[in-house]
Formats: sequence, C-alpha cells, structure tokens
Amino acid sequence: MGMTMAEKILASRSGKSVVAPGEYVWAKVDGTGVFGPIPMMEELGIEQVYDTARVYAVDDHFAPSPTVERANAHKALKDFATKYGIENYFEYGRHGILHQVFPEHGYVSPGDLIVSVDSHSTSYGCFNAMGAPIMEELSFVVITGQLWMRVPPSIKFTLAGTLPAYCVGKDVMLKIAADYGTDVAVYKSVEFLGPVAAQLSLGSRFTMSNMGVEIGAKCAIFEADDKTYEFLEGRMKREPQPVSPDPDARYEAEYTVDCTNLEPMVALPHDPSNSHPVAAVESERLRVDQAFLGSCTNARVEDIAVAAKILQGRQVHPDVRMIVTPASSEVWHECARLGYWEVLSAAGAMITNPGCGACPGGHLGLLADQERCISSSNRNFQGRMGSPLAEVCLASPATVAASAIKGYIADPREFM
Amino acid sequence: MTNLVVRGRTWKFGKNISTDLIMPGAILWGHVRGEGRKAAIMPNRPGWAASEVRPGDIIVADTNFGCGSSRPAPRILREELGVAAVVAESFSRLFQRNAVNIGFPVLICPGIVAAVEEGDEIEVNVDTGVVRNLTRGTEIRGEAYPPDSPPGQLLRMGGLRPFLERWLEEHPEVKAKREAARR
Repeated sequence: MGMTMAEKILASRSGKSVVAPGEYVWAKVDGTGVFGPIPMMEELGIEQVYDTARVYAVDDHFAPSPTVERANAHKALKDFATKYGIENYFEYGRHGILHQVFPEHGYVSPGDLIVSVDSHSTSYGCFNAMGAPIMEELSFVVITGQLWMRVPPSIKFTLAGTLPAYCVGKDVMLKIAADYGTDVAVYKSVEFLGPVAAQLSLGSRFTMSNMGVEIGAKCAIFEADDKTYEFLEGRMKREPQPVSPDPDARYEAEYTVDCTNLEPMVALPHDPSNSHPVAAVESERLRVDQAFLGSCTNARVEDIAVAAKILQGRQVHPDVRMIVTPASSEVWHECARLGYWEVLSAAGAMITNPGCGACPGGHLGLLADQERCISSSNRNFQGRMGSPLAEVCLASPATVAASAIKGYIADPREFM
Repeated sequence: MTNLVVRGRTWKFGKNISTDLIMPGAILWGHVRGEGRKAAIMPNRPGWAASEVRPGDIIVADTNFGCGSSRPAPRILREELGVAAVVAESFSRLFQRNAVNIGFPVLICPGIVAAVEEGDEIEVNVDTGVVRNLTRGTEIRGEAYPPDSPPGQLLRMGGLRPFLERWLEEHPEVKAKREAARR
C-alpha cells in the first residue's frame, strides 16, 4: 500500500518502512525553535539540549522589546542560548519571524520533520518538510530530540486549472477556507498537488502551508521542485530527502479546487471561512482604518514588491494608516536595496522593524474599539489584533494595498 | 494522576472557538492583570468567565475547539476558571496536545452537541470515552485514549513532567552519553 508525503516523513523519522493513519510513532525531530528558557531542564538536571545545531532561538513577537517585562524575557532567551551553547541565536537586526528566519538560514530541508512552538509551524510544508506546531511539550523535544506523533489521515487538495495573474496563494487559501470550512483538515495532513501547486511561487506556497493551520491541518505539504531548490540551494544545512506521494497513496478525502476563475478574496470577521470575492463586497464600502502588510503569511519580498508596484505614484488614503512590517531582517534589507521602502514611504505608509508586528496583537499597530483592519496576515479571530470590538479582514498584499489607497476594502485589479 | 472521571454542569459553545477568545492577547501579553484577566476571557460571551462559570463545570463544544494560536489556553480554562473538562465534536490538534500534556481531560465525542443542552449535568469518563447525560439519562461514546498510547499515558500520569521523567529513566543513555561527553 502506498504512502502519502506525511506518512513517508513520519516513517522515515521513526525508522519504519511503513506507517498508517491512527498509529502512534516516536519520531526524530530535525529541528525546533525556542523562545525562552526551559525551566524543566534545570529542574531535571539536564545540562545539554539534544543537539545545539538543531535548536534555534529568536524573539519575533516583540522585536525590539517594548516593555521592561519583554526586555527581561528577551534577555532570558539570550542567556538560555548562551548557557546551553545554542549556536543559532538571532539578535535584533538579524532577527525576524521564526518561520522566515529559519529557512533563510537553511534549517529546513525537504523531508525534514520540524516541530516548533507557534501554530504557523505548518509553514515548513512549502519546502516539502513536515512542520507541526507544539507548545507544552517543547521541553520534551529540546531534551530528547524526539516526540510522539499520531500518524494523521491525509487529505489531498488538487489545485487545478491556471491561476490568474492577479491572484496569489492567499486567495486560493481563503477560497478553500470558504468552500470547505476551517475544520476540514482538523488533525490531518493536507497535501497540495496539481498544476497550480507547481505554478505558484514558493512564497505563495509558503502562504498556503502557513495557513494550513487555519483549516485545522497538522501539516500542509507541497512537493519539492526547482523553485524550492532555487531558494534552498546554498542555504540548506542538511541533504534534502524529498518525498512525493505514491501513486496508490491513501487519502481520506480528495478535493479539487479549480483556480481558473478565482478572484481576489477577502475574509470578513471573525473567521477565515467567512471569505468572499472582494468584488462582491466592494460596493459595501467597508471603511478601513488600518492596512497591515505583515506577518509570516505575507510579508516577504514578493509581497512587498506587489504593494510597492500598486502604490508607486499613488497615496495611501488620508484616513488610513498603512503599516508595513517585513518578515525578517533579510527581507528588510532586500526591500531597501530594491527601493521599495522609498516608494512605500513616499505613498504615506509606515515601515516598521521586522517581526510579527501587529498580527498577534502584541505591539506595532493594535486596533482600537470599532476599528477595521485589512490585513495580509493569517487569522481574523475576534480580538486578534487588539480590541475585541475591532474587526480584522484578511486578504492578499495586492488587496491590502488597493484598500489602503481607496480607504475601503477594494478589488486590486484596477491597479494591476 | 488526573481524575479520569469528572462530573459537572455544562456550558455550550459553538464551532471554531479560538485561543484568541480563550486567552486573548490582552492576557497573553500582560496588557490586563488581576481581576481584569477574567473579564477578558471569551469576549464573544461577555460575563461568562467573570461571573457565570464555576469551578467543576464542563465545556461542551462544536468542532475545532481551541483553534488558532499556540497559547496555554487549556491552562486558562483549568487554572483560572476551574473548568473540569472539555468535550467537543473535535479539537484543534494543538489545543488537544497542550491539554493532555498538562493532564487536562479533553474528549472528542461526535454527537455531543446534540446530546447535551446547556446546563445539563454530565459525567465524562476519559478512560472509557463514555459521556453520561445525568439530567436526561442518556449516554454517548467518545474517542477514548488507549491506555498505552502516549496521550493516554500523559493523561493518566497527570502531564508532561512525570512522562518526561519516566522517559529519562527508560533512556539512561541520554544522561550517560552527555556525562561522558563532558568528561
């Protein structure tokens, strides 16, 4: 019997030739991230992490520290990294959102199993790796280098047709959330295949793997191809062990998403499944107070390039504040080199330091009561970005830029 | 040891209750403290956390309970509100793992939404998976954790700490190898 991509990675990492859904395995972990000290290590007299080269440390949610409390937390992370000899610690200025920084530094190779604190650890699926979020059990992974996993059932999304030039992975993902619901993939491996999966840029695949968790997925995997290696070559620390599904792999469900007639999409409050074509809501003139271009979902160079192209020679609406938070220091630097910051600041946007920014509601752009934000981030749950009385709407970078210009949620096609 | 059989009064919640609702950023990032914390929990249901839910109560929820961010949301339910268990049509995987890793009983039970009216008294047995509706005299079966499975062990042992200690005992080479490396 054939295996899916997730099954192959879990089999490989648990030393088995075959695994089946529902089975519990002990899997070796290729990498994990830490965001603070792990008190249990001292409590149990553990003096080493399982591998100093496979544990990565970065502070992304509050960079740089806005309060003394956060500054102390940041220092505690740094002290922890020093004490345990963690080689890969990223100080501010070389930092960024973990899911962006770690691949930039080659900590993800095709076929890897990465578990990390932060729900968007599914992102690594775009590199043909299995990325799954954890939290309470981080200490277990850091000490032992392994973790129990339940082999998930796999479901297949065949991305069919041809994606229009004005759509990106974000639009595909919001369409999937609208059509199949945000619980379609709970505790399952999502595997993206088909011609549009190949057509998508690596960045768009990143968006979709990242938002796999928004439809409940344990992991959300693409196959590796030239685009994957174009990014990873020269960065990867480990030999790739790419996986593809066997022809007779068992999928619990198979869905076909025809992308040919896809339109720019927007998720209205308070769930990604409340997604609609932007064109269908534009007539409602949904006022925008904040336009946020940021997060691990859509704040890479290609995302910022789209916004810069749309805002070139135009102005952010007088009633709108547009905040641009690049995903990493590398992205920040590259955007500076390409002149995007000049374009965006001339248009009246505010460029911030790299990191998670406003997305998790910590700092750099929280929303006031009754405000509305059009955001390139990943989730629009009530209270996500500040006040529980505010609204977050999700869309592609192009739609965020177009809405920033018009002052209401607007279709980007007239600017493209 | 976690008590694997709990009884309590029920509160019902709908689909996709996110960790942003259970543990809003305002709590997570320390923007509210003290009494303000309770008032911030579940802004979709004002007043519930601050004055309605009582220690020992049980949450019954629809699909995808605990979706979203990686937050210690099970701790908020158990430690701040005293919730005794959550029974749901399905859970976010991350919430479920976080719950069993602190020995907090959570049970997947398809059909639970139809089987319980808010306020019903129920008994949840995580060991057998059986949920008894004491108010209505009915019974429904959820997905028990096999006793020898890692989540089954975590629940029975009361969470990660004893689980990890046992693992280290079973793998003496881990500490030994590291001690050798230090010499």
